[in-house]
Amino acid sequence: MSVQAEAMGQKPTWRKYLSWNTDHKVIGVQYIVTTFLFFVIGGALAMVIRAELAQPGSDIVNGVEYNRLLTNHGSVMIFLWIIPIMAGFANYVLPLMIGAQDMAFPNLNALSFWLIPPAGIIMMTSFFVGAAESGWTTYVPLSLTAPFGQTLWAVSVLLLGMSSIIGAVNFVTTTLTMRTKGMGFWDMPLFVWSMLATSLMILIATPMLTAGLVLIAMDRVVGTLFFVVQAGGDPIFWQNIFWFYSHPAVYIMILPAMGIISEVIPVFSRKPIFGYKAIAISSMAISILGLLVWAHHMFTSGMNPALRVPYMITSMIIAVPTGIKIFSWLATMWDGKLELKTPMLFAIGFLAMFLIGGLTGIFLAAIPIDLHVHDTYFVVAHLHYVLFGGSVSAVYAGLYYWFPKITGRKYNEPLGKAHFWMNFIGANLTYLPLFLAGLLGMPRRVADYSPEFATANMLATIGAIILGASTLPFLYNAIVSWARGPKAGDNPWRALTLEWTTTSPPPENNFDSPPVLTHGPYDYGDPIVQLENQTS
Amino acid sequence: MGTHATGYKDPFNSGKALGLNHTKLGMWLFLASEVMFFGGLLSAFLHYRVSAPAPVEDALLDITLVGINTFILLTSSFTVVLGFGSIQAGNVKRLGFFLGATIVLGVLFLSGQVYEFYSLTQEGLTLTSSVFGSSFYTLTGFHGLHVFVGILWASYVLLGALRGKYSSESTIGVEVFGLYWHFVDIVWIVLFTLIYLI
Repeated sequence: MSVQAEAMGQKPTWRKYLSWNTDHKVIGVQYIVTTFLFFVIGGALAMVIRAELAQPGSDIVNGVEYNRLLTNHGSVMIFLWIIPIMAGFANYVLPLMIGAQDMAFPNLNALSFWLIPPAGIIMMTSFFVGAAESGWTTYVPLSLTAPFGQTLWAVSVLLLGMSSIIGAVNFVTTTLTMRTKGMGFWDMPLFVWSMLATSLMILIATPMLTAGLVLIAMDRVVGTLFFVVQAGGDPIFWQNIFWFYSHPAVYIMILPAMGIISEVIPVFSRKPIFGYKAIAISSMAISILGLLVWAHHMFTSGMNPALRVPYMITSMIIAVPTGIKIFSWLATMWDGKLELKTPMLFAIGFLAMFLIGGLTGIFLAAIPIDLHVHDTYFVVAHLHYVLFGGSVSAVYAGLYYWFPKITGRKYNEPLGKAHFWMNFIGANLTYLPLFLAGLLGMPRRVADYSPEFATANMLATIGAIILGASTLPFLYNAIVSWARGPKAGDNPWRALTLEWTTTSPPPENNFDSPPVLTHGPYDYGDPIVQLENQTS
Repeated sequence: MGTHATGYKDPFNSGKALGLNHTKLGMWLFLASEVMFFGGLLSAFLHYRVSAPAPVEDALLDITLVGINTFILLTSSFTVVLGFGSIQAGNVKRLGFFLGATIVLGVLFLSGQVYEFYSLTQEGLTLTSSVFGSSFYTLTGFHGLHVFVGILWASYVLLGALRGKYSSESTIGVEVFGLYWHFVDIVWIVLFTLIYLI
């Protein structure tokens, strides 16, 4: 396509998405499409899991195959879907939101993306050589004796960790050094704050996983003795080094999601965000606290009982900044002029489902409760409410919200609403019964289970079918609307952050001239601002 | 326009925010992650030294040889500082000299490490002989790997210097390399103290 055509903001050719391109907007789309593909793969693995669990008895797969399914389901969803798609959103949106023309390190940015397809392929090929089967938590000794696919898994996650770390360096540097004139820290959109907090966690926590995976890989490949019990190796040491990363990982997965929600709710409530500073500071607080609580995953490991108590207390304290955010979002909606478009529906769905997930997290933080429900379906239900009900809802909210900006077209609204309802009903039907199963005593990671858990599991499987099917209206909507939806214009949502002041999609250099800040990112309802925005 | 050779697009010159140079900031952030990586490996070493002590193998470690090696690495950090000072004053030739000295000292350090590893394996301490061996070689081995990468990088900077890439106005490439080299040196000081001295 001609340079002029591209400069005029017309739809770029698909070829550029398959190449090494340093434009953050291209990289953002590469991330989003690639990670969504892995979402579908992880979802397919989940469908097999739910088919197996529909009835008691190990009828479709045997125990080992089941372990491989659940390990890769979790690993794909965490490392190849949620964590990278948040980076993908940030890639597309962050430079635009701060009025920059690209990220600070465009070539490193491309590298961050291009580490992902090979890593994903490596993890997928592990199925042909005996896939990883020790859970995404890779506990030893099983992860040491598992077949070759486990080593491939470790290599894959190492590459993905590097991608994440490089991305974090880029996001922090871009945010700190490339904000447009007049945009101080307290003028940044909250999504930018959330990426700052997330990136700091990535820089501190992810290298620990790198170190741990190196130790596991060396034990497997070279014969070192880090986790070989007979030689003095310590399985609990693995748990510590793993969870030191993996607890912050869950905040890495939710903070950007919360950032998206902070963007969507004010726009569709036509009201300024309530508690902007409180939300920004809460993001940083969650980031710091999140680095301190990892041992709450180890309450039943045999760790020093007295040491469990500070972990319980700090874990519960994280509920405070989280609650501040939830109340702030609710207060933003209060007395607002709500527009229940699809992004807003997913944002409200986020509030409902993340609340359930978050509250059950506080239950789990309590040692006496955790001792009973650790490694039961109570935990599985909790994590899916925060990760699916929370993060995935926010991802969909973001996809619908920024769809017009990225593609220049409007998606089909009725289809979007249909997707939301199928998703909301499906998700709750799938995950709510699992709380009950866990409280009744159903353990995690089993293909066969006692008959008293059968009803809960049957309900969950039905929900999963609805959930799986719900992806179809979304995909149809996204693809067809991108190809021939109605033109969206610069600012179909009448939003106030900087990405909406340029064309849809933006030209290669994002802005024709440096953006001049005349109002804050959430000044809805201000009459002067309203006048300025009339002509979009 | 402010489009730099590295592709950094900042035509609005907003990069003045906070007065930080983006390349230096990026390097600091990367080094922060490297601190955590070495922290992980170090915590493995320290944990196992307490939970699975190996006094016989511990006694095999040669403080004298490695002490001299440490001095060599410290000197190489000094030559990096002198090199950076040279280019800040605009003296490309002296920069080249000190970069060359850094490379020589780095290679000497690595040779010392290789010799140390070799003699230890001859005495029975290997990667797989005990948990102590595993953690010792992994920790010091990854450090050596970082030194090796640093030597390659120093060579690249030296090449650039010989081609006139740096001047008193354009020193960032040297400075950023210097940050990395100093980091590798500081890691070694921590490692040397915790492995050999304590």
